[in-house]
Amino acid sequence: RLPVSTSRRSSALLSELESKLLYLGREYPKGGDYFRDRLRAAFARNKAVEDPEQIKALIARGEYVARELEALYYLRKYRAMKKRYYED
Amino acid sequence: MSGRVLVGVKRVIDYAVKIRVKPDNTGVVTDGVKHSMNPFCEIAVEEAVKLKEKKLIKEVVAVSCGPQQSQETIRTALAMGADRGIHVDVSGKDYENLGPLQVSKILAALAKQEDAQLILLGKQAIDDDCNQTGQMTAALLDWPQGTFASEVSLEGDKINLVREIDGGLEHIKINTPAVITADLRLNTPRYATLPNIMKAKKKKIVTVKPADLGVDVTSRLEVLKVEEPPQRQAGRV
Repeated sequence: RLPVSTSRRSSALLSELESKLLYLGREYPKGGDYFRDRLRAAFARNKAVEDPEQIKALIARGEYVARELEALYYLRKYRAMKKRYYED
Repeated sequence: MSGRVLVGVKRVIDYAVKIRVKPDNTGVVTDGVKHSMNPFCEIAVEEAVKLKEKKLIKEVVAVSCGPQQSQETIRTALAMGADRGIHVDVSGKDYENLGPLQVSKILAALAKQEDAQLILLGKQAIDDDCNQTGQMTAALLDWPQGTFASEVSLEGDKINLVREIDGGLEHIKINTPAVITADLRLNTPRYATLPNIMKAKKKKIVTVKPADLGVDVTSRLEVLKVEEPPQRQAGRV
């Protein structure tokens, strides 16, 4: 079992990550509900993981998804503005 | 030098929403429609916050003119890093008729009241596409203006600016205080993350009325009709 302090820190990080992803996922192209359901399934699937290295890797993947979403939203908006306002 | 920057942010219908004209042709449907910060205003906020992060300016004040919901737009600016907000309360018919001339009078009054060194705005709003507020504000204050800015750098008490104009780029140097309007390529605005939105709830938003600033928001324009553009005919090859 993980030492108490590590598992508390992990679970704080995990819930922060989950709320960050839930918030970001609202604008997902396939729909906020689609994203939320898949996110919840992913977190449920990995709930039993105890190995700290594995947890670290999963959190890193979550952070990666968050950055990808931000990039997606930015590019979508940038391309729309470029198309509407700039002749190339 | 106050080191204070005023950033104007406008609440507009979200860029991704399909606009519908009201059946009575008096305007577009806004009730229940998703609104967000004008994309060019996001770029202006980002530039102001970057200047603060580089310690070139001391305080970023976000300003929005409109009804209660404009405070949401100010909150987004605060979440992106602005320090405090000023909500200029304009609602009802006054808000429907609010345009660049009145907004620039409001911004000019605020710039004097807040002793601002710099006013940063988006080059235009995606709803009315006026592209006038920055220019009018500069004229009212008798300040230099750097419009369509794609690069901004501070050099002492001057600003080096690159402007995107037809046919290329123009490099200018202007004195401060000044008005700058942001173009698309100026920067990449940061996303207002959830923790920052939470932190921003502690930042102050003050509400004022145009009359408090000595500004009359009566419009000199009357909208006669709003209609959809003609349907595109299918092309022929």
